[in-house]
Amino acid sequence: MDLLSKFYFNYSKLIKTIKIYLLLAGPGLIVMIADNDAGGITTYAATGAKFGYSLIWFLVLLGPVAYFVQEMTVRLGAVTKHGHAEAIFSAFGPFWGWFSLLDLTIINWLTIVTEFIGMTAAMSIFGVPPVITVIVVIIVMFGIVLSGRYWTWEKITMAFCLVNLIYIPAAFLVHPSVGDVLRFGLVPNFPGGFNGTLFFFMMANIGTTIAPWMIFFQQSAVVDKQMKEKDIPWGKFDTIVGALFTIIVAVFVVIVTGTLLYGMEIQSAAQAVHVIMGTHQWVGTLVAIGLFDAGFLGAICIALTSSWAFGEVFGWAHSLNYKVKEAFWFYVFFFFGLITAGCVVLIPGAPLVLITLFVQVVAVTLLPAALVFLIILLNSEEIMGKYKNTLFDNIANISIVVCIIVLSTLYGISTLFPNLFG
Amino acid sequence: MAVMERVFGERIGSILGEFTGKIRQINQKYAKPTITLSRGAKFSLLALEIYLIFLVALLAYKFWTIITGGT
Repeated sequence: MDLLSKFYFNYSKLIKTIKIYLLLAGPGLIVMIADNDAGGITTYAATGAKFGYSLIWFLVLLGPVAYFVQEMTVRLGAVTKHGHAEAIFSAFGPFWGWFSLLDLTIINWLTIVTEFIGMTAAMSIFGVPPVITVIVVIIVMFGIVLSGRYWTWEKITMAFCLVNLIYIPAAFLVHPSVGDVLRFGLVPNFPGGFNGTLFFFMMANIGTTIAPWMIFFQQSAVVDKQMKEKDIPWGKFDTIVGALFTIIVAVFVVIVTGTLLYGMEIQSAAQAVHVIMGTHQWVGTLVAIGLFDAGFLGAICIALTSSWAFGEVFGWAHSLNYKVKEAFWFYVFFFFGLITAGCVVLIPGAPLVLITLFVQVVAVTLLPAALVFLIILLNSEEIMGKYKNTLFDNIANISIVVCIIVLSTLYGISTLFPNLFG
Repeated sequence: MAVMERVFGERIGSILGEFTGKIRQINQKYAKPTITLSRGAKFSLLALEIYLIFLVALLAYKFWTIITGGT
């Protein structure tokens, strides 16, 4: 009897903990999974096709990197109750504020274009014309965002996050050799030596794991969710769970393409899907659904990031908890970005490849700035109080930020000058 | 505001005037940075400025090589 009551007590405690987590989960999970957007899936697919399982260990290392950066936004948002754009204006003045806001808007808009490229390419595999995809996607996003509650938006978006896990069954369907995955994937190695191509791929994977919009998104989402200082441990846990999921998805994409496409030059996820469809129709279908979902999640989160940032700075009502008439400009900005980005994909002969490359270069101009601002703000006692960075936080965060700045800069430069690194 | 209305017409001029007024208001609101910058933070911001100038120069060079027919 005593044992039974003890079991019941522990069980109800666990259920209560899970319920609390489900209430507070969201920003960390969504930002991390949405990070595996259409561009991210393309990068992972190309990495698997080029190097097989050999760079899985590197992807695993990127999980803690993403966590350490995003965790700072949870603390900053919960303590200041301001989004990142407003925090930059307030702390560093109009010059850095406008620079960040305008740069973020340009990068986000271009990234949304790449999300639409991914979504239309994925749906074209099922015979759906791009124009139908764009229209339906925008209508569905209207429906989700106009629900009038942050909570509803968050839970629907989390359901889309679950679809992102579709790469796990896809990987099981291709019957990879578990021994090979463990032997070649988890032991750090540099396939073919440390050459320019390998370096480019490693930089691309870092670039897709940490993006400027993620910093702005999570901080604004924490504010919109009205998280308080006492919720910080849950926010951190949510970010850990998100980081775990993002890496799991990345690894399984690499396993799929590393098994089926090893040795091929893959330029886009859509190209990978087409090739896989030829031999493994079910796997190709799952990968295509995953690609569409990745683009969808990326587009809805990134468009929201710009709207939140502009709303914060311009003083518009900027919360998903408001109805359209209460936060008119917030929603107008959101849909204007989505609709114009969707239309670009429909323009015959639009330079879509150039846009995709341009995103990578422009992102390099904002990412270092956003990261430096983050570190400075997190070290300010007057802003953060007892939640400021500890010595350990600073050692971890500054090392990570310096590495990201150096590698993402080299990535941007190598995109501009492809022959520079051999 | 009056200049905007003369150049762009009454309706558009008034919207643009309001917009520029809003930007001026934002600039005034955030004119004085609220954070006390340590020596390390000041150095980081200076390094960031130099870094961005370097990147802009690189982008300008790339643009120049494209329009002059280089790679």
